[in-house]
Amino acid sequence: MSTPTLTPTRPDPSAPGAALTQRRSRPGELAFRVAMQSCLAVAFGVLASLLGWVLIKGWNRLDSRLWTEMPTGLTSRLDTAGVQSALVGTVWIISLVAVICLPIGVLSAIYLEEYANNTRWYNRLLELNIQNLAGVPSIIFGILGLGIIARTLGLGFTVITAAIVLSLLVLPVVIIASREAIRAVPQSIRQASYALGATKWQTVSRQVLPSAVPGIATGSILALSRAIGEAAPLLVLGAVTFITFNPDGLDSAYTALPIQIFTFIARSQSEYTELAAGAIVLLLTIVLAMNSIAIFVRNRFEKRW
Amino acid sequence: MSIRDVSAAASPPENESEVTTVNPDTTSRPAVNIAGVQPAAGHQPRPTTPVMELSGVSVYYGAYEAVRGTSMPIQEKQITAMIGPSGCGKSTILRSLNRMNDLIPGARVTGSVTYHGQDLYAKEVDPIEVRRRIGMVFQKPNPFPKSIYDNVAYGPRVTGMKVANMDDLVEKALRDAALWDEVKDKLKTSGLSLSGGQQQRLCIARTIAVKPEIILMDEPCSALDPIATAKIEDLMFELSNDYTIVIVTHNMQQAARVSHYTSFFTAEVDEKQERHGRLVEFSPTGKLFTNPTDKRTEDYITGRFG
Repeated sequence: MSTPTLTPTRPDPSAPGAALTQRRSRPGELAFRVAMQSCLAVAFGVLASLLGWVLIKGWNRLDSRLWTEMPTGLTSRLDTAGVQSALVGTVWIISLVAVICLPIGVLSAIYLEEYANNTRWYNRLLELNIQNLAGVPSIIFGILGLGIIARTLGLGFTVITAAIVLSLLVLPVVIIASREAIRAVPQSIRQASYALGATKWQTVSRQVLPSAVPGIATGSILALSRAIGEAAPLLVLGAVTFITFNPDGLDSAYTALPIQIFTFIARSQSEYTELAAGAIVLLLTIVLAMNSIAIFVRNRFEKRW
Repeated sequence: MSIRDVSAAASPPENESEVTTVNPDTTSRPAVNIAGVQPAAGHQPRPTTPVMELSGVSVYYGAYEAVRGTSMPIQEKQITAMIGPSGCGKSTILRSLNRMNDLIPGARVTGSVTYHGQDLYAKEVDPIEVRRRIGMVFQKPNPFPKSIYDNVAYGPRVTGMKVANMDDLVEKALRDAALWDEVKDKLKTSGLSLSGGQQQRLCIARTIAVKPEIILMDEPCSALDPIATAKIEDLMFELSNDYTIVIVTHNMQQAARVSHYTSFFTAEVDEKQERHGRLVEFSPTGKLFTNPTDKRTEDYITGRFG
């Protein structure tokens, strides 16, 4: 072992310290970095070109006509057509979805996380089913809604039918997101509450839930923005095309933005394609706004333990 | 009166490997006393009556018997320390004293734990009521993510205590926990903004706000630095005027400094190669550290075993 010297000398290439200065090239590191960046570029590139296409295509229609005018099936009136009824229909449906699926989803999540004894087979079965439900194609939910809610329950092709079906569709997502948020609340908080003589419900309602709200809100908003974009179930649930009035109640006929876009695109005239592109931009703006709220909520109320 | 005969900084690190890091010099000493352990004069146990009695208490996690056959009293307004190596079941026994073990799936207690003669595990006993009278402070400070004020007021609120003036109660609890002067100007700020030692005193304030009779402390200083530890130890000693305290600690010096009674636990390996915690000796602290009855206690406190 060499003894340290006080005067700095030219480093001896055989000294242990000299090995630190010999930078090695590591091709694996570089290759992996390039691969990751390419993947990101592909994902981002596709998204950007889609966005660019709808923006260019719909540029002429991006004005107040979109939300002040009704859709029309008459080519002669296309100049004064918009998607107001679809926009209002979407707002109706999504508000109802929030009202229906948030309480059910959050309470289910609380049950599964805080109350259910997961050594019991029925609770495990319940969990497995929820995971699976999240993966069921949305058209299946549409058919289920048509058979049970529209026909058997007799709710018909109405706003409330659409809202119930979309609620069922996003419920698993809301439950899973809420469970994650509830599970992220440290066990030590629950123990502290119990040790002070709090009951289970006091602990859940005063400590666990408030701490989990940011996570629940984020997950729920993301689930709702998924519901906004759903067209498939509404197709079989009788969303009306070219409706010229806004929904005025739960039992009203309705249309929604994705459906409206679909029917516009299905027409051959280029004016319809333009109008569809405008409606797509509108829909994307709503989704983007909702996701921004989710991110804001998450950052604003994030708890640090 | 100061209870500090030894500098807190001289304590070995309070971690799992504490036993093996005890100064090796101590193993060669003929005397039983380990370095620095001199029970303070003020810690002579007062003759009191036991508020709690454990007899033949075994705790199981599923089929595994974590601790077997523990019998000891908890004396009123005295500090009872539980020491022993990791995995000896001292924390498990502590949690059985206010039914916190109920929260662990599969945990089961046999034998009897009585509180003023009432079996805590009798069918008709409400664990919520048990915990209102027997509070607990945890190893890692765990204030609620709420304001300092709300942290202290939480217990009285949820237990439905009749409180004439909540502000006074919060102030009293914070004063008793020796935290008032440090936080009186920022009661509305989050409890999480405090330092570790302050957080732990906030947790103690929160516990005494519900006026329990007994306070259980599960290694309350192991996440704290020596200065914060010293404050908590002083506080414990103050609190023992009004409260019965049971403390689990990895730190033998701490047990020697603060407690009136000490119980030594160890882990035994049975014929099936399973480890079980066991109470070896329960004595007044002065006796346990200077003249232990059991050879295993002597080996442990002199650092010959761990």
